[in-house]
Amino acid sequence: MQVLEVPGAQVFVDAAKRYFEKLTCSSAVVRTPFVAEMSQLPAGDFTGIIGIGGAAQGCVYFTAPRSMLHELLLTIGEPDLNDANCADCAGEIANTVAGNARAEFGPGFAISIPVVSKGPLQDVHLPQHVRAVIVPINWRRHACHVVIALNS
Amino acid sequence: MKTLLIVDDSQVIRGKISRAVSVLGLTVVGPAGNGAEALELAREHRPDLVTMDITMPGMDGIECTRQLVLALPEARVLVVSALADKATALEALKQGALGFLNKPFSEQELCEALSELMQETGHAGA
Repeated sequence: MQVLEVPGAQVFVDAAKRYFEKLTCSSAVVRTPFVAEMSQLPAGDFTGIIGIGGAAQGCVYFTAPRSMLHELLLTIGEPDLNDANCADCAGEIANTVAGNARAEFGPGFAISIPVVSKGPLQDVHLPQHVRAVIVPINWRRHACHVVIALNS
Repeated sequence: MKTLLIVDDSQVIRGKISRAVSVLGLTVVGPAGNGAEALELAREHRPDLVTMDITMPGMDGIECTRQLVLALPEARVLVVSALADKATALEALKQGALGFLNKPFSEQELCEALSELMQETGHAGA
């Protein structure tokens, strides 16, 4: 595991922090990003994946445990804690983090609609020779991750 | 009472917007989960206001805005999107949207943006 300053990762970190602050009025704590190999990719109970094309290729995903998504849904006023809403929430966070990055990367940073996955990671297809940058995040008592895997 | 059509592929966001706008006294019609559904509901209900996501399956929100404003020129469209680059916002405005709100947004920011749209047309409190 390699800890590093990740060029370009800050925009994703800022977007994730902004998401929690705006929607929940409680700050998320971002720990030090690190680079991981495919075998080390984190996977929570639900994962929202955004495919990236155009100026960069790869994906950005957000993954979190069910307990965190339940608390997040309740915080934003959503009483229905079913799996579909948990998956939807993970997808929307991934979409927001990736979409906000266009403020820095511009419209050439093309993003897909979210693909959501429950349980072990599926539908994550990375270009060859891409290592993923893992951004660990703590919100309230929960831990989740934003993962950036781009070959730009 | 003024009507609002919510267009977003996220059920959670549709619910959040629906709950937030209750303080404005708007009646929510729809909601729609994609562009095609939005156009169908817009023709049926002729909403006064529309919140429009951009990144959706099938027709995106910018094309949907273009077609919706052509069909219903009186509809006031607020684009609500995570896409934070200026070019996307300008394109949405060019295609007929009257406002652009970035995700993530607070309930207060959403209500202020919709109130501005209503005031521009003299709809506030009507």
